[in-house]
Amino acid sequence: MTAAAAVIPLIIVIIIAHGLYKKVDVFSEFAEGAKENLKTCAELLPTLIALITAVGLFRASGAQELITDFLSGFFDRIGFPAECLPLALIRPVSGSGALAVYESLLEENGPDSFAGRVASVMLGSTETTFYTLAVYYGAVRIKNTRHTLAASLAGDMTGFIVSVLTVNIFFEQI
Amino acid sequence: MLTFIFSLLIIISIIAGAATGNLRELTEAVLNEPVNAVELCIYLCGGMCFWGGLMRVAEKSGLTEGLAKLFALILGGLFKDIDKQGRAFKAICMNITANLLGLGNAATPFGIEAMKALAEEEGAGDTATPSMVIFTVINTASLTLIPSTALSLRMKYGSADPIEIVPAVWITSAAALAVSVTLAVLPLSGKRKRGKKL
Repeated sequence: MTAAAAVIPLIIVIIIAHGLYKKVDVFSEFAEGAKENLKTCAELLPTLIALITAVGLFRASGAQELITDFLSGFFDRIGFPAECLPLALIRPVSGSGALAVYESLLEENGPDSFAGRVASVMLGSTETTFYTLAVYYGAVRIKNTRHTLAASLAGDMTGFIVSVLTVNIFFEQI
Repeated sequence: MLTFIFSLLIIISIIAGAATGNLRELTEAVLNEPVNAVELCIYLCGGMCFWGGLMRVAEKSGLTEGLAKLFALILGGLFKDIDKQGRAFKAICMNITANLLGLGNAATPFGIEAMKALAEEEGAGDTATPSMVIFTVINTASLTLIPSTALSLRMKYGSADPIEIVPAVWITSAAALAVSVTLAVLPLSGKRKRGKKL
């Protein structure tokens, strides 16, 4: 995927060059922006500790295996990797929870396995739907959100299904 | 919500652990997993800070705003009801640009500003206006050009080619966005037409 490999360097060059052209103090603004995200990262840590430990326990206890085994017959038949099911369930609800589940999945299956790739595409192409709704409508005290949730969840479902399809098309020989 | 997920996972784990005789593994997990969490946070921190810094440069140089103007052309068709020169529409364009560049920190404040401006301009009570529905639905879809979290973690777990998933991510995001926006707009356009006839 050489095109994808070129995108990131290209974006970096454009941003820095445009910054220099507009006489932005590139280095101090960079440091300032990095500091802002450092704060975000520090705020993320307590949640991550709680959720990663909970997900780790769930895996160690054998509960995850029981559920995956139970469901894998059905999901394998429709071509959906059962390992990705916990990620699909938690993705719309909690961003840090999804991160915890994703990490545990990569550790177990490896990033270049079928499930690892599907999970990567899923994580990259969907958002924390419930959180977004709560923040946006909460800010303007809207109670009746009409069909917002239904449309958003349909989008998430589409994301899950299409991630299986695209991984099949790009990486598996069918 | 997190209280529920957290408690449920732990309670199920302990019951399942006791039933399957995995209590030893459970104790090991309690000791190891918090360390994993800190490790993960440190791992993600580098990339997050780097992109945060870069995007702040883009914001200061006016690159973000320039892109927002470009998107205004596309977004104008979706947000038919609102003033294209108004505060709400500008905030919407900035929010979507920030999302696309992976500027989560900047996107949320713009998003909240857009919702507030929409509430003022359209005089919403406690029911969402059509523009609010469409705008929120766009934000629940992922618009990121570079899925940096997934890329960092793929690298951490030794992927041979971490960025190979990027084209698949773009196609998948576009499909999810198309479905959710269509479902957001369709019920509204039906009502709009009926409204005109009456």
